[in-house]
Amino acid sequence: MAEYLIKNGHVFDPILGIKGEVHNIAIRDGKFVEPSALTSSAKTIDASGKTVMAGGVDIHSHVVGPKVNVGRLFRPEDKLFKSPLRQPKNARMEMGFSVPSTFKTGYDYSRMGYCFVNEAAMPPLHSPHVHEEIRDTPLIDNTAMPVLGNNWFMLEYLKNGEIENNAAYTAWLLHATKGFAIKVVNPGGTEAWGWGLNCVTINDPVPHFNITPAEIIKGLIETNEYLRLPHSIHLHGNNIGNPGNYTDTIDTLKLAEGYSPNCDFGRDQVIHNTHLQFHSYGGDSWLNFESKAKEIMEYVNRQKNLTFDLGVVTLDETTTMTADGPFEHHLQSLNHLKWANVDVELETAAGIVPYVYGKDVKVCNIQWAIGLELALFCNDPMRSHITTDHPNAGPFIRYPRIIKWLMSKASRDELLHSFKWSEKVIGATNIESIDREMSLYEIAMMTRAGTAKALGLSHMYGSFTEGLAGNVAIYDLDPENMPSDPEMIEKAFGRAAYTLKDGVIVVKDGDIVGDTPKSTIWVNVKVPENKQVARDVSEKFLRYYSVNKDNYSLFEEHLHNPKVIEVDITA
Amino acid sequence: MAKVIKDVGCPYCGACCDDVEVTVSDDGKKILEVANVCAIGAEIFKHASREDRVKLPRMRQPDGTYKDVSYTEAIDFTAKMLVKAKKPLIFGFGSTNCEAMSSAAKVAEKAGAVLDNCASICHGSSFLAMFDNGYPSCTLGETKNRADVVVYWGSNPAHAHPRHMSRYAMFPRGFFTGKGVMGRKVITVDPRFTDTARVSDIHLQVKQGHDYELFNAFRMVVRGFEADIPDVVAGIKKEQILEVAEIMKNARFGTIFYGMGLCHSDGRNHNVDEAISLTRDLNETTKWTIMAMRGHYNITGPGAVWSWQFGFPYCLDLTKKNMAHMNPGETSSIDLAMRDEIDAFINIGTDAGAHFPIEAVKHIKKHPMVTIDPNICMASEISDLHIPVGIVGVEVAGIVYRMDNVPIQYRKVIDPPEGVISDEELFERIYQRMCELEA
Ligand SMILES: [Zn+2]
Repeated sequence: MAEYLIKNGHVFDPILGIKGEVHNIAIRDGKFVEPSALTSSAKTIDASGKTVMAGGVDIHSHVVGPKVNVGRLFRPEDKLFKSPLRQPKNARMEMGFSVPSTFKTGYDYSRMGYCFVNEAAMPPLHSPHVHEEIRDTPLIDNTAMPVLGNNWFMLEYLKNGEIENNAAYTAWLLHATKGFAIKVVNPGGTEAWGWGLNCVTINDPVPHFNITPAEIIKGLIETNEYLRLPHSIHLHGNNIGNPGNYTDTIDTLKLAEGYSPNCDFGRDQVIHNTHLQFHSYGGDSWLNFESKAKEIMEYVNRQKNLTFDLGVVTLDETTTMTADGPFEHHLQSLNHLKWANVDVELETAAGIVPYVYGKDVKVCNIQWAIGLELALFCNDPMRSHITTDHPNAGPFIRYPRIIKWLMSKASRDELLHSFKWSEKVIGATNIESIDREMSLYEIAMMTRAGTAKALGLSHMYGSFTEGLAGNVAIYDLDPENMPSDPEMIEKAFGRAAYTLKDGVIVVKDGDIVGDTPKSTIWVNVKVPENKQVARDVSEKFLRYYSVNKDNYSLFEEHLHNPKVIEVDITA
Repeated sequence: MAKVIKDVGCPYCGACCDDVEVTVSDDGKKILEVANVCAIGAEIFKHASREDRVKLPRMRQPDGTYKDVSYTEAIDFTAKMLVKAKKPLIFGFGSTNCEAMSSAAKVAEKAGAVLDNCASICHGSSFLAMFDNGYPSCTLGETKNRADVVVYWGSNPAHAHPRHMSRYAMFPRGFFTGKGVMGRKVITVDPRFTDTARVSDIHLQVKQGHDYELFNAFRMVVRGFEADIPDVVAGIKKEQILEVAEIMKNARFGTIFYGMGLCHSDGRNHNVDEAISLTRDLNETTKWTIMAMRGHYNITGPGAVWSWQFGFPYCLDLTKKNMAHMNPGETSSIDLAMRDEIDAFINIGTDAGAHFPIEAVKHIKKHPMVTIDPNICMASEISDLHIPVGIVGVEVAGIVYRMDNVPIQYRKVIDPPEGVISDEELFERIYQRMCELEA
C-alpha cells in the first residue's frame, strides 16, 4: 500500500488544535502516522498554498434504503437533463440530481472530500435493502440508524418503564439489522399515522399505546445511555415544519435536562437534534411565518448535552422523504404533487413528496435564512453540523454553497437582496443583521471534527490523530490569501484538489481517479441475557410480522466489509 | 437422516412466502418433501430434483440441433455477441435474485445494452401511474395488523397468489385485527366471478374495460358529489356504489390490491392513476393504502436494483454508455423488437418466447439470441445458445423483493446439478470476458 507525505499544507484540525498552520501529514497502511514512520518509498503530495482537512464526516443524510429508492424510482424527471455524463475514470454512470444513484452519491461525496456518511433512517424490516445499496455506494464508509421511535416493542416496554428490556431489545435490533444508533422520527406520531393521525406535541398520547412522545424520548435517552452507545439518540421531533413549532422544539430539547452521556466514545450530548431548521419556526400561519433561530439557539447554547445539524434549505427543486409519514401527507396537501407513502409494520413509516423551494417564495427564503442563522448564532461549532437533511432541504452537493454562505456575509447579502420579497424576508429573520463569518477552522468543526465526535466515531474519523483512518481532503484554498470572490470558496469545497480514503488517492482535481473498498460500521452491544425479551421477539414475529424471525436478521453474506464496534455492558 | 430446512422463501409469486419447510435427503442433493407451500410452489421445488435437468450450455448447430458446450465457450459466445451488437437487449429477471440483476446491469452498462424486465409487459403501466401520481402504500404486515377493509381490484389471488389472502389480507388475525376474517370486509371488483370474488363479502361485477369510470364514481361519492352520479356506472348500480363507498369511508385502515385486470385493461396506467387518486382522497379522512399485485417472486427486484443504480425501474436504454435513458414506448422491449431495432437478445429469468407477440419474436430471431434459464422453455428452444443456471430460492440464495418492496433473504436448500453455476456468477464471468475482449 502506498505511503504518502502531504507536505506544506495549511492544516485545520480542531481535535489537535491546529488552526491553519503549515504541517506535514503522513499516511502509512491506510492510517495517519508520524512523518518519521514513513519509509523512503513514500510519495509526496504538495499541498502548499492549500487547505488540508481530515476527510469529511456527514452526520445525517438519506442516501440508501427503501424511501430513498422510491424517490429515485418515482421521479424520472430528476434525471432528465440533470445527470452529468459519465467521466472516463468512473466505474459507473452517474444518474439523478436530488436523489442520485448510489454510484453518483459515492462519487459526489468523494469529490467534496467526504469519506463517511451516516444514513439517517433505516426501517429495520428493510435492512437487507439498505445494505444492498451500501454495497453499491462507492468510496464512502457508511453507518445506518434503525428507526425506533414508533416501534411496538419499544412502545410497550417504555409504557411500562422497562428500560432494561427495551435496551435488550434495542441491542438485538442493532445486531439483527447491523445498525449503528437509535433514530427517532416523530415519536408516537408515525405510529398514529397508521390510522391517519399524528402527535403534534410531546404530550399527545399515542393511540392505543397510552404513552406520550415525551415519555418515548426520555425512555430512549435512558435506553441509549444504559447501552453506552457511541452515538446519542438521533432525534427528529414532533411537529416538524409547522409555523410556531419552536416551542415544541424547546419542550423537546428540555427533556434532555438532567441526563448526561454514559459511554466510552467521547461524545458530550444525549440528544442530537437533526435538521433543527425545520423545527425553529415562529408565527401561527404561513402568512406571519418567521425565524425563531435566535430563541432556539439561546436555549441550545446554554445546554452542553445537545448537538444538532442544520438542515439548510438550499432553494433547489428537491425530493422530500422522511419517516414522518403524517408530515409528508401534510406536505402533499400543500403542494398537490405526487405522494408516495410506505407504512412499515410494527416499526415506522415513510413519505416521499417532490418539493420546489422557490427562490422567490417568501417562506422558502425564510427557511433558508433560519438554517444559516442557527449556525451563526451557535457559540460552539463543534455542536453544530452542516447538513441539508439530504435531500429534504436540498441535495448534499450544496454543502460547498452553504460553506460559502457561512464564510461570507457578502454572499449571503447578495442572495438575500436578490429575493423578490427580500424586505419581508429581512423582517421575518435575523440574517441581515448578523456579521459573523465563519472560519475554515470552524468549518472543519462543522463538517468533520464535530460530527465525528457527536457520532462517537472520533476514534476513527475527523482528525489527523495518529492511528485514525487516512482520510484527507485537500482544498484549493489558501488561508493566507483567501479569494475575494466567495464563489471560489464554493468551487474549492465542491471539487477537492485531492481526496484520500484510507490512504488511497480517489479524487484529484475534482475528478474520480481511484477506487478503494468502503466499510459498513455497526455496533454490537453485549447485554445480559434476557429471556423475556427473547420470548417477546419470538411471539411478535409469530403473530404480527409478515416475515419470519430468522429471515428478518440480516444474513452475514448481505453485510459488506463490516467493521464492528463492540460495546460490553455486562463487564 | 433427512433434514428439514425452515424459513425457506418460495420462488413462485410476488407474495414471497418465507415460511416454507423443505425436507432434503441425507446427501443434501434431493428434495423429498415441501410443506407450507401452495401447489405451484411445491412443483418448483420438486422440479429441481428431476433427473433430466440441463446440466451444460447447449449451442445451436448449423443443422439446427443443440450440442453441449462448456460454460467457457458459452460465456465467450455471449460476451462476443454483446461486444459486437449495437443495441443488444437483456430482458426478463422476474425469476432470479437481486445479485444477478446487479451483475447483469454492470454487463448491460458495459455493452451499451437496453436493460428491461417483465414489468415492461405487466406492471409497467403501474410505474407510469406512479411517475404521475405517487404510490401511497404499506407493507403487507400493515394490512394484516390493521386493515378492516380490503379491496381486490382486477386481481385474483385465489389463483395467482395462492397464499396472499391467508397470510396477509383476508384471513389472518393481526394486532388490531384479532377477529381475522370476521372483522374484515373484503370487496372484489372484477368482470368475472372469480374464486376470489366467491369468498369475498361483496363482488362488484364491473363492466369489462370500465374500471376508470367506477373509480371516478367512487371518487365523486367520497368527495361529496354522490347526487351527480348516474343510476348505473360501469355496470354497477348506484346503490351498490354508495354502499361500497360508505364502507371505504368508514374503514379505519384499507388496502386496495390491484392486478393486471386493472393495469392491462382499457385505460391501463390511467386506471391505476385513478386508483391512486381514490386512495389519496380517502386519506383526507381515514387511512388507505394501495399495492400492485406483482406476479413473479422477484419481479419487484429489478425495479429496485436498477432504480438505485440508474434511477429508472425498467426500459433502460444504456446504449449511449455515458448516461441512462428511459422512455417506455421507445425504449421498451416489445416496441424495440417490433421495430426490429434489437440486434442481439438475452432472455433471462423469464420466457420471452411465450410472452412476446409473435411479430416481435420473429424480428428478434433474425439476430443472435441467448437464453439463460434453469429449464427448457419456449425461449430456450428458439435460441442460439441456452445456458442453464441454478434455480434461485432452491439452489441459489439471494435477496428478492416482495410485492410490497420488502426484501426477503432467500435460502439455498440443495446444490445445483454438478457444474451448474448461478445467474450472478454467469454475468460476472461474461463481464470479465468482455473486459478481456475490449482490452
Ligand atoms: Zn433526515
